Amino acid sequence: MKFEEWKDFKAGDWQREINVRDFIQRNYTPYEGDASFLKGTTEKTKKLWDEVLELYKKEHEAQGGVLDIDTKTISTVSSHEAGYIDKDLEEVVGLQTDKPLKRAIMPYGGIKIVEKSCEAYGRKVDPEVDYIFNNVRKTHNDGVFSVYTPDIRAARSSHLITGLPDGYGRGRIIGDYRRVALYGVDALIEEKQQELDVLNVDDFTEKVIREREEIFEQIKALKALKVMAGKYGFDISKPAKNAKEAVQWLYFGYLGAVKDQNGAAMSIGRTSTFLDIYFERDMKNGILTEEQAQEIMDHFVMKLRLVRFLRTPEYNELFSGDPVWVTESIGGMGIDGRTLVTKNSFRVLHTLENLGPAPEPNLTVLWSTRLPEGFKKYTANLSIKTSSIQYENDDVMRVTLGDDYGIACCVSPMKIGKQMQFFGARANLAKTLLYAINGGRDEISGKQVTPRFEPITTEYLDYDEVMLKFDQMMDYVAKTYIKALNAIHYMHDKYSYEAIEMALHDKDIIRTMACGIAGLSVVADSLSAIKYAKVKVIRNEDGLAVDYKIEGDYPKFGNDDERVDEIAQKIAGQFLNKLKRYPTYRDAKHTLSILTITSNVVYGKATGNTPDGRKAGEPFGPGANPLHGRDTNGALAVMNSIAKLPFEDAEDGISYTFSITPGTLGQDEETKVNNLVNMLDGFFAQTGHHINVNVFDRALLEDAMEHPEKYPQLTIRVSGYAVHFTKLTREQQLDVINRTIHEKI
Amino acid sequence: MEKDLKYYAKIHSVESFGAVDGPGIRYVIFLQGCHLKCKYCHNRDTWDINGGEYKSVDEIFEKVKRYKNYIMPSGGVTVTGGEPLLQVKFLIEFFKRLKSEGISTCIDTSGMVEITDEIKELLRLTDLVLLDIKHIDDEKCKQLVGISNKKELEFAKYLSDNNIKIWIRQVLIPGYTDDEKDLLKLKEFINSLKTVEKVQILPYHSMGKYKWEKLGLKYELEDVRDATQEDVDRAKKIIGI
Repeated sequence: MKFEEWKDFKAGDWQREINVRDFIQRNYTPYEGDASFLKGTTEKTKKLWDEVLELYKKEHEAQGGVLDIDTKTISTVSSHEAGYIDKDLEEVVGLQTDKPLKRAIMPYGGIKIVEKSCEAYGRKVDPEVDYIFNNVRKTHNDGVFSVYTPDIRAARSSHLITGLPDGYGRGRIIGDYRRVALYGVDALIEEKQQELDVLNVDDFTEKVIREREEIFEQIKALKALKVMAGKYGFDISKPAKNAKEAVQWLYFGYLGAVKDQNGAAMSIGRTSTFLDIYFERDMKNGILTEEQAQEIMDHFVMKLRLVRFLRTPEYNELFSGDPVWVTESIGGMGIDGRTLVTKNSFRVLHTLENLGPAPEPNLTVLWSTRLPEGFKKYTANLSIKTSSIQYENDDVMRVTLGDDYGIACCVSPMKIGKQMQFFGARANLAKTLLYAINGGRDEISGKQVTPRFEPITTEYLDYDEVMLKFDQMMDYVAKTYIKALNAIHYMHDKYSYEAIEMALHDKDIIRTMACGIAGLSVVADSLSAIKYAKVKVIRNEDGLAVDYKIEGDYPKFGNDDERVDEIAQKIAGQFLNKLKRYPTYRDAKHTLSILTITSNVVYGKATGNTPDGRKAGEPFGPGANPLHGRDTNGALAVMNSIAKLPFEDAEDGISYTFSITPGTLGQDEETKVNNLVNMLDGFFAQTGHHINVNVFDRALLEDAMEHPEKYPQLTIRVSGYAVHFTKLTREQQLDVINRTIHEKI
Repeated sequence: MEKDLKYYAKIHSVESFGAVDGPGIRYVIFLQGCHLKCKYCHNRDTWDINGGEYKSVDEIFEKVKRYKNYIMPSGGVTVTGGEPLLQVKFLIEFFKRLKSEGISTCIDTSGMVEITDEIKELLRLTDLVLLDIKHIDDEKCKQLVGISNKKELEFAKYLSDNNIKIWIRQVLIPGYTDDEKDLLKLKEFINSLKTVEKVQILPYHSMGKYKWEKLGLKYELEDVRDATQEDVDRAKKIIGI
């Protein structure tokens, strides 16, 4: 391949094959300095952002927080006409529909969800669309429910397995949107044509046919991407020739994805250092200033903050606050020892200051103890000011994933353009434990949900007996869970294939079956109580264990106490091994996450009294967090407990949400920054995987609950993502306020 | 069971992340037992010498080591209480071990103890003392904490003479420790010391009150208000920091 747009770039393999990493490695400029070079907003940015804030306000006031819906146009890569916020002011253009914050319908995932969503916000789906998807065209949702077995349905409706993407888009696939900028779409189509040729084989098996069909769809989607860009007056056939075009081309790639898929998480990848190469080149050539570079990044981020999906209120209960998970992974170290931090890593973070805090994009710093000090301090300082950043352990992930991976959603790492996951939500492990005690009967309804197992009938729980029965029940849950996931992902590929995202992947990719667990700390504490204290079972007249009385004290997860931490580690590994016993769709690799997003509230609501003393209906700790208030040895003890959970057993991520009051972090600004940097260095050196950092006073949140209008941009980190605090449901607001906020009195 | 007090300490609790009791991130150990009777104490539950739980020096030291990744190089361990110097034998042994690992040591104390040979040995192993001046006026001191400030001031002088770094702390209690004359006297005293690195004015708050009530005790400072930022600024101005 040869393009004049590549002038001044250093040559390499990337010119002979699609290889963005090679391009980055040969051309990027590591930056080891501090944040002093950054610039504020331009007049144009200020004006445009004010218009966006005005739109936000209207959206907030609209029914259910949904400003407008296009109920007629079935959204595809090229479905809508061009839309603008204010055409003359926009440095980066492109919206999902013809107007900002107007949501699109994507019925391939399931028409019922679309109907329900429209109704919830006072609209009706266009009758023709409704007719087609109810009578003519089968959807992902229809497909799944046509094959679900009674055991899957039972596990689902009893909340043993919840949040499954069987009625909504699975998401968690990251297209390598950088390819659009670097190669232009024609070269990508050319590459896909060659892949088709490779698949012209004599053994024309089901696998080959499926792959040929998928690649055919990918080529169609790439062509549609050109059409979509054309509506905005751009020809993206060829590579981008400068920084502004690089951002625009890349964004068009991403825009194609969010027009095509209403995925549970639509992450953007690892783009800022890639883009830095273009900014550097333009600056060297004297055609771009720092102000202009920041302006482009501000406008790019503004666009990412406008991405919206049409979802039901029930969905909002699981994943609260209208999240999109436009996760952008920033920083990290290269395998050659150079840092991947560039000036543009600072610029993308700086949007939090220029535009104010916001949940999207989901800014994720890939932390290494070897990151440049200037960058560490800048991010820590921003965390203290905005509570909008999450951090993940680059030193741990680089080992298996190299140095061009990105985070999908909250904590799921994948090699960009070379790996995807089948998102699997999570199994309720605390409920699994209760089912083990009750022989598969639900502790709330009394219904026999699983086949009948032998229940525990003794007055006091015996650790060995419980462990044996828990092992059997975990096995049953794992089996049912994998069955459900296989059905879901088979049907998603068949009826709602992510053609544009997969077009920005290699032909042969790694697939993971990303299972998850909720309630790990509840289970660990319950088992610890059974082992180290005495737990008496309280049964109702039906013989159903409905409550527990603990006699004596027991070690609790989150205090760096080996006795209980060991139980938590063991359970995670044990459940993963159970999952591995069951084959997966497309031979996906079994992985596990310890992540709940905000669903720890819903899961807790659906789970009865547990043997650790947690009362029925009370929320679980989010992700891998200890249960609220059980950690009594301070923040670092919690971190040590969580860091012990091995990444090898939970490669899809281990989420920890940390909150601290500003005064507890230190007495003056400089001390606070230094302490947070040292804390992050320590946590990651202990091999912790992920941490959300919140720095706020409880009083601030309480005030925001009472006076939401005063805090339109107040952003906080919950499990794996950030949200506008005022967009959370009241229950979830209370959960955030009640959870441990480390403070010193 | 009787414990060898060189190898065992009575512990009230620990805080793995302390950011306000010495430089950097501190692993803070609250030792049980205190011989003062500060009316404003916010850790009333640490007074009883018979309370707390025995922990061995091995156990505590092993715990601390698990936090080296966070506390190195700028932080360290701070012992507070209660009055940590009441368990000096243990502290000597403990600090020796910390020193062997290169971990910085800090004591948060009233300094109201006899400067014995053991205390001297301990101070040789101590990088920083957070010296909580109870009251610079001896009469008022006796009223507020039940003991004369004589030993405390001698202790400060000893630290200064032996080149041990000090952070002076003064809890600012409206109506008790905020008299301008006293603060000027405090200033004078601080100026007489050579090794003072920092002077901290800690605003009094009543958040420790519930601990008194939990123990069925009367909280004498019931009518005293919390010190405000303005109070702190005023005191700082008087002291000249």
